[in-house]
Amino acid sequence: MTNSRRAGSVAAVAVFLAAVFVAIPLAIAATGRTDLYYTLSSVALLAIASGGVWLTFYIGRINIGQGAWALVGGYASAVLVTTYGWSFWLSLPVAGLFCALMSMLVGLPILRLRGVYFSMVTLVLTEVARLTALALPITNGARGITSIPTPGAIRLFGVTLVPGFETFANRNAPFYFLSAAMMTLCFAGLWRLVHSRLGRLFAAMRQNEELASSMGVNVPLLRVVAYAISSFLGGIGGAIFVAIAQSIYPSSFTINDSVNFMLNCFLGGLGFVFGPMLGTLVLYFGWDLLFQTGQYQLLIYSGVMILLMLVLPNGLLSLRWPSRGRP
Amino acid sequence: MEQVIANGLYLGAQYALIALGLTLIFALMNVLNFAHGQMYVLGGFVVYEVYGLMKLPFVVALIAAAATLAVLGAVLERFLFRTVIRRSEREESTMLLAAGVAYFLDAAILLIFGEKQRGVRKIVNGVFMWDNLILPWDRILVAGLAIAFIVAFILMMQYTKPGRAMRAMAQDRTAAQLMGVPVAFYGLVGFALGAMLAGLVGGLLVTITGVNSGIGGPISIKAFMMVMIGGAGVVGGAIAGGFILGMLESVGLTVLHSYGDVTYLVIFIAMMIFLAIRPNGLMGKPWG
Repeated sequence: MTNSRRAGSVAAVAVFLAAVFVAIPLAIAATGRTDLYYTLSSVALLAIASGGVWLTFYIGRINIGQGAWALVGGYASAVLVTTYGWSFWLSLPVAGLFCALMSMLVGLPILRLRGVYFSMVTLVLTEVARLTALALPITNGARGITSIPTPGAIRLFGVTLVPGFETFANRNAPFYFLSAAMMTLCFAGLWRLVHSRLGRLFAAMRQNEELASSMGVNVPLLRVVAYAISSFLGGIGGAIFVAIAQSIYPSSFTINDSVNFMLNCFLGGLGFVFGPMLGTLVLYFGWDLLFQTGQYQLLIYSGVMILLMLVLPNGLLSLRWPSRGRP
Repeated sequence: MEQVIANGLYLGAQYALIALGLTLIFALMNVLNFAHGQMYVLGGFVVYEVYGLMKLPFVVALIAAAATLAVLGAVLERFLFRTVIRRSEREESTMLLAAGVAYFLDAAILLIFGEKQRGVRKIVNGVFMWDNLILPWDRILVAGLAIAFIVAFILMMQYTKPGRAMRAMAQDRTAAQLMGVPVAFYGLVGFALGAMLAGLVGGLLVTITGVNSGIGGPISIKAFMMVMIGGAGVVGGAIAGGFILGMLESVGLTVLHSYGDVTYLVIFIAMMIFLAIRPNGLMGKPWG
């Protein structure tokens, strides 16, 4: 990377950070629209989960099962906090790791499937997660887990690093900073991953698994790794979401959410790490704007979607991938 | 036990017919039709309107449902899927389009027909009893009709010219085109036929279970499962998958009854294990 391009990237990152952590809170304070904190937190969390889906796209699989991992992560965190009395801050990474571990177990068989088969099976996986949540005793069935306490303070050697969320007048504000910080971290991680050696191996797998395999790439291992990272992101997103909502039900993340995660990636463009962020923002606010149309909301939304596919079938920001060739 | 098997066969006949439509569209166009369940719902509502409200004979209602869905399928193929397949670089785009169509139909059905559960009067009354087997006659009739449609479909695919053309297209689109098969036309016919089958099942089942605007998604998922069990794009696989799922559901509901509502969970998990061993289903071709 040349110096001028590096300077450009640094400037872009600085602008992004300033916008997210300074400009938006200031704007919200100035206009008094504190409800936007909740909306923007949702966008950030959905973007994290969509980022996971994007990574599975990156290895050439269409994942319509991210809702399952968001649900698993949410339940893992909720159960740890309510039943075992853990701190939210500890339950968050554990929920993510639990998702990663489970997805390795599930991924080993299902990642052998390709194309439409993989998509169908991941779609079914969302339904499996919902039914499991309904059937298991620890998840409390259809009644779900409610009145989950808000995250407490983080103290290290007597110094309060993060004050407890209950001390804020508007609880959505700290959640916004938490979600935005997590989103920044996750996408920085994704960006780093894609530009590392591992990222190149993933790209090689996307283009041709057999060829990559013949070059000595351990394809079965790497695709499980990619899927585990993807599910980790889904679990993190889901766990924070549950902390904001302070409740979780088997229907908190459904097939519609799974499909939306995929749509976010498509809309934002598959060749671009930050695409899911843009896609989530556009889709979420587009859906919100259409709320005023009342009962026609879904009709217009899907109509626009169909039109977009007709006019721009390759996505909004589509940086074209080298074609894998039709099987 | 006879009761369980009879229920399984009855369910399986419906499911096989649903899966046939889905697999036909997949085989010919390489499109995973997310909107299949919604097409089923639409077929159900057409029969509800014609048979339930307008009091016309059931046969007329069924024909109306089939015709409506065939036209809808043809229009979707001609104006949406064909265009997107031509313009898009990645065949996954059609999946997204299909998801959009599914949402659109969901919204349209909700607006037109409302959110209420709708049923119609029985087509035949009475119950068939034999030994300890109890089956209402209308279920037998519906299952019989479904099997008749399946047989008619297979005969058409085997022995008629369009059937042969579509089988050739499913095997190798380019080769079929080189042999003079008008692939664009038969793509349209296949899509219309697939949508028609979905509508027919919806129309048949509305007489027994009724229909409401929310069941489209779950029906699609069931259809995906059948196709995955049997293998995508294969007629025999779809039929096998349909009957297997019907049987599993019927047996599961009886055997696992005491453990609560876990039948589908067990079926899903069993299917994932099965797919790990046979990724292409029972008789599917390798894909991708």
